[in-house]
Amino acid sequence: MALLQIDNLTVEFETATGWFRAVDGVSISVDKGEVLAIVGESGSGKSVSMLAVMGLLPWTAKITADRMLFEGQDIQALSPAARRKLIGKDIAMIFQEPVASLNPCFTVGFQIEEVLRIHLGLNKKDRRARAIELFKLVGLPNPEERLNSFPHQMSGGQCQRVMIAIAIACDPKLLIADEPTTALDVTIQKQILDLIMDLQVRTGMGLIMITHDMGVVAETADRVVVQYKGRKMEEADVLSLFENPKSNYTKALLAALPENATGDRLTTVSAFFDGNPEPAPSAAPSAGANA
Amino acid sequence: MSDTKTTDTMLEVRDIKRDYELPAGFMKPKKTVHAVKGVSFKLERGKTLAIVGESGCGKSTLARMITFIDEPTAGELIIDGQKMDTRPGHLTPEMRQKVQIVFQNPYGSLNPRQKIGDVLGEPLAINTSMPASERRDRATEMLIKVGLGPEHYNRYPHMFSGGQRQRIAIARALMMNPKLLVLDEPVSALDLSVQAQVLNLLADLQDEFDLTYVFISHDLSVVRYIADEVMVMYFGEAVEYGTRDEVFSAPKHEYTQTLFKATPRADVDSIRARVAKKKAASAA
Repeated sequence: MALLQIDNLTVEFETATGWFRAVDGVSISVDKGEVLAIVGESGSGKSVSMLAVMGLLPWTAKITADRMLFEGQDIQALSPAARRKLIGKDIAMIFQEPVASLNPCFTVGFQIEEVLRIHLGLNKKDRRARAIELFKLVGLPNPEERLNSFPHQMSGGQCQRVMIAIAIACDPKLLIADEPTTALDVTIQKQILDLIMDLQVRTGMGLIMITHDMGVVAETADRVVVQYKGRKMEEADVLSLFENPKSNYTKALLAALPENATGDRLTTVSAFFDGNPEPAPSAAPSAGANA
Repeated sequence: MSDTKTTDTMLEVRDIKRDYELPAGFMKPKKTVHAVKGVSFKLERGKTLAIVGESGCGKSTLARMITFIDEPTAGELIIDGQKMDTRPGHLTPEMRQKVQIVFQNPYGSLNPRQKIGDVLGEPLAINTSMPASERRDRATEMLIKVGLGPEHYNRYPHMFSGGQRQRIAIARALMMNPKLLVLDEPVSALDLSVQAQVLNLLADLQDEFDLTYVFISHDLSVVRYIADEVMVMYFGEAVEYGTRDEVFSAPKHEYTQTLFKATPRADVDSIRARVAKKKAASAA
């Protein structure tokens, strides 16, 4: 049984000009211990589909799905209270901008202990011990002192480590990382990716890596879903995606990588479609064919 | 990009330094931050120098000094064979027109209340006595050159996507016919597909106007594609400087090697190696 299985997810927002479909019939499944990467440019609906799983979209969003199962349990049918118990504990998320997603008014120690108090009900002493342990795990120096720091006193990389520590505080079964390294330097990116992958292997959790960086996909994923304008273009294991991409859009994306440049100019995605603005979705991607 | 050998130096920087003084506070002595600690390089006309380094290494400070936004603490700046007098009040409009800059964030560098036509016309209105109709023609011409259309003239920045805004920022920088363009991470806020378009545009413009680029980036794959020469900065110092092939084939400094190792590799062989390693680990 898949850890998370979503069938035919659609998310719509009401705008002045009618309903806007941000995610259009996307099906995704992740197994235990598997790393799934969702790739796409901004506006492809990759973050929105995961926010729908987390239940973090505003009430104005219309979310429909044939099935949305986490460990065989229908999350759509859960009461809001039951759902709040699930997210943050069994499904956790690392957000894109580490500095912006921490609360500037509280110390990072308070923010990590809040998770431990609400989900695990630990007492003060145990909370502090666990927080220090987590900070050590994510490689923050002087964890005892760091607990009393405010987010603005730390660098972007350190804030992202705190975010990771908060996300893994309750040993989640599924971790969703939404562009975890986009705001960071290359050297720091390497450290953070190594940390996340190391934690994934050690805990055997499922991991969904949302990114627009093909390099990050190549370094982390087992299986890849490519999204464009809310639709799934292709799903394949990482090797066959890079070696033998099926959809035109994936081919275009790979050709646009500067390291794949042949000749004087880069191939742009629009040139690939030959004046055809919409890339045709590849012949019915078989869901979870090579899990 | 061309093979013609010339000794036509567009930009020369000699041992340039910039210190920032942090004022003393209560029980806290005055502190000096050495942001750039003596950097020298020479750049030929029509070539591209890429400056690479992590945040806080002084690459943007260097860009600010080349574009006269910041005054160097010490050192010489020679542009187009002319020594620049960077003291406040000593810069002539002609000097300033030779160098322009494109900033990193296209969402922050355009005034949300200014129409695109006015954005492009403003440098002309300030620096020349051109009549409004001619300014309008020039601005429209430039819009077409950067791949936008005359219909965009009366629109506001919020009506454009990130890639289009970066095109506008490039158009604005080109309005005064500069010879040297400083690009401070021009594509790092853009999607991969848009990044390719903007990089192509920059290459086209370089050919057309014989522009010299100082290209600041932290993305090594972009640098490898666009640069003729590469300089790696680390804590305010240039730790590596050479042609692209020299730097990429045989990096000398330890930091450059770390940087190369940290860059994700998207070729099939490295993926295959990683997948095989993971399989072996899970089987064990």
